[in-house]
Amino acid sequence: MKSDEPFEFVTASYLIRIEGGEAENLAGLEQGIEKCSDASMFYHTFQSLGRHHFLNEGFSNDFAQWVLGSCNRPALAERLASLDIRDYVSLGELRTDLTRILGEYCGANPREATQAAFEKFYFCETLEEEVALGKARTLKEFRDGLETLPHASLQFHFLTSRLRLHLRTNDFSHWLDEALGLKRLARSVERIDIYTNTLDGVRERILELIERETGR
Amino acid sequence: MTTASVPSPAARQPRVNKLDDYASLLGAGEIAELRALAARLEGRSIQMVNSTSVGGGVAEMLIRIVPLVEELNLPIRWDVITGGDDFFAITKAFHNALHGGGYDLPEESFQTFLGYSEQNRSRLRFDCDFTVIHDPQPAALVESKGASGGLWIWRCHIDVSQPHRRVWEFLAPYVARYDAAIFSSPAFARQLPIPQILFYPSIDPLSEKNRELEPEAVKEVLENYGIDGERPILLQVSRFDRLKDPVGVVRAYQLVKRYYDCQLVLAGGSASDDPEGEAVLAEVREVAGKDPDIHILDLPPWSALEVNALQRASTIIIQKSLREGFGLTVTEGLWKKKPVVASAVGGIPLQVIHKQTGLLSHSVEGTAYQIRLLLSNPAIAQKLGEQGHEHVREQFLITSNVRRYLTLFLHFLQKR
Repeated sequence: MKSDEPFEFVTASYLIRIEGGEAENLAGLEQGIEKCSDASMFYHTFQSLGRHHFLNEGFSNDFAQWVLGSCNRPALAERLASLDIRDYVSLGELRTDLTRILGEYCGANPREATQAAFEKFYFCETLEEEVALGKARTLKEFRDGLETLPHASLQFHFLTSRLRLHLRTNDFSHWLDEALGLKRLARSVERIDIYTNTLDGVRERILELIERETGR
Repeated sequence: MTTASVPSPAARQPRVNKLDDYASLLGAGEIAELRALAARLEGRSIQMVNSTSVGGGVAEMLIRIVPLVEELNLPIRWDVITGGDDFFAITKAFHNALHGGGYDLPEESFQTFLGYSEQNRSRLRFDCDFTVIHDPQPAALVESKGASGGLWIWRCHIDVSQPHRRVWEFLAPYVARYDAAIFSSPAFARQLPIPQILFYPSIDPLSEKNRELEPEAVKEVLENYGIDGERPILLQVSRFDRLKDPVGVVRAYQLVKRYYDCQLVLAGGSASDDPEGEAVLAEVREVAGKDPDIHILDLPPWSALEVNALQRASTIIIQKSLREGFGLTVTEGLWKKKPVVASAVGGIPLQVIHKQTGLLSHSVEGTAYQIRLLLSNPAIAQKLGEQGHEHVREQFLITSNVRRYLTLFLHFLQKR
């Protein structure tokens, strides 16, 4: 099966820009999230999950980790961590939910909201450079490309694709469905849980699914 | 308590590694990605400028980065500024003052500094597309910016978050003329009118201090120092400095020792030319008493292999600093898949994600508790060590730094 629309493997190399904002307590974190840039939201959520992909339990985003590690508020950290970034196709929606959770907590616990954290939270943001790595027109070419794809590229196609596509899917599933008509394979790939898998685990799982598809 | 010294071997020259040597550690895809990034910069030239070609962290890093960039087919030149003893006395004073210390030199010292900078501007060529100036010593070379139309970047390797006011007021106008500044932690940066980028420090996994060692080599080092390889070893590698809290480490060990038959190794730099270091060492010896399981090692600067072996032999690596820069000894421990118990200060929390890549502590008692937790739960210790290794692989290796430089150059090129 060959597609007229090739899959274009891209890698995204990221720079971290120090934004200058910082938070010393939970109230400061809430205010910081309200006013930080979209690039900063991206860095501390989508990109954070990608940076820590090798942790397949208990890590979701930088905000939750700071609330746990520097503010020692496990219940709040758990609520912030429970937001699944794959449910979001815009950073604005994610920002709204994060500030809502923090606002509720700070409103109910005013003393804790202003208690100094062990370490400050520093807002940073992502600067992204995309570089083309190659193209695939068939499932076999796609499989071969996937096999040696760097982590940054896996993250780009599997995780952050939602913000580009504005769809609740990833680049791989989108292409498998739209270009090759492999709906079931596309659905199975989309159902892989990045929160309980490493990026290498995601890669292996997709390769297994392709093997199963081609062996069928 | 035992005290030992390393015999004085000849200084070991770093081996020049090839990009493909890193593929087995990182995967071929990661190296291919570096090549793809570099291809976008084809024909562009790079200049690195610092103040010394040997010794010190910056030179060590450039010795390794420059050949890797050359292998990516990008012309790169490394220039070193020169100056008299008076110049380096001033830059040493700058260094301490920027770290928050005092500044006792006369006002004329600033003119002397600029005089040497002028000499170096006359001597060096600035004709590259990207010029990266490392640290404050060559910072005023930026007066040559504009001659070639290239981009100028200031790479600050030190913590300038609380600098001496007069020294910073002198340097800040020069820093502001760069196109961007790079810092090692958001906490080390200052408010500046130019973009500030975060580059983590890095280690070379193929260097003498970090490469894989044969078990026999590790065993030999333990035997040399009289350390028992059969019982748990707690290790802190740090110079004998109050900010590294070696006395606190001994006290934490003593709390652990009530429950576990373990040993403590404090491996530090030579303190013979440092009066405060001598005093700290004396305090450590006093607190250690006559405990034969406390090993205090006075290691010379060429002990990379010995440090590597000690880290690989240890059960738990400790970094109980009261203040810290980035803490590359933590990075080294994590790379060797060791569970790390460290203070939540400086750059350590960037590396030790609590309960994920290690354990953070805030006191002697907390440090002792985390050590006991790991000694009684080897499976937790192993998992933390493995996840710590992955964290370093993703963020803190020299290849990540090459990638960051390439991305930075690409980014600014696109913006033009």
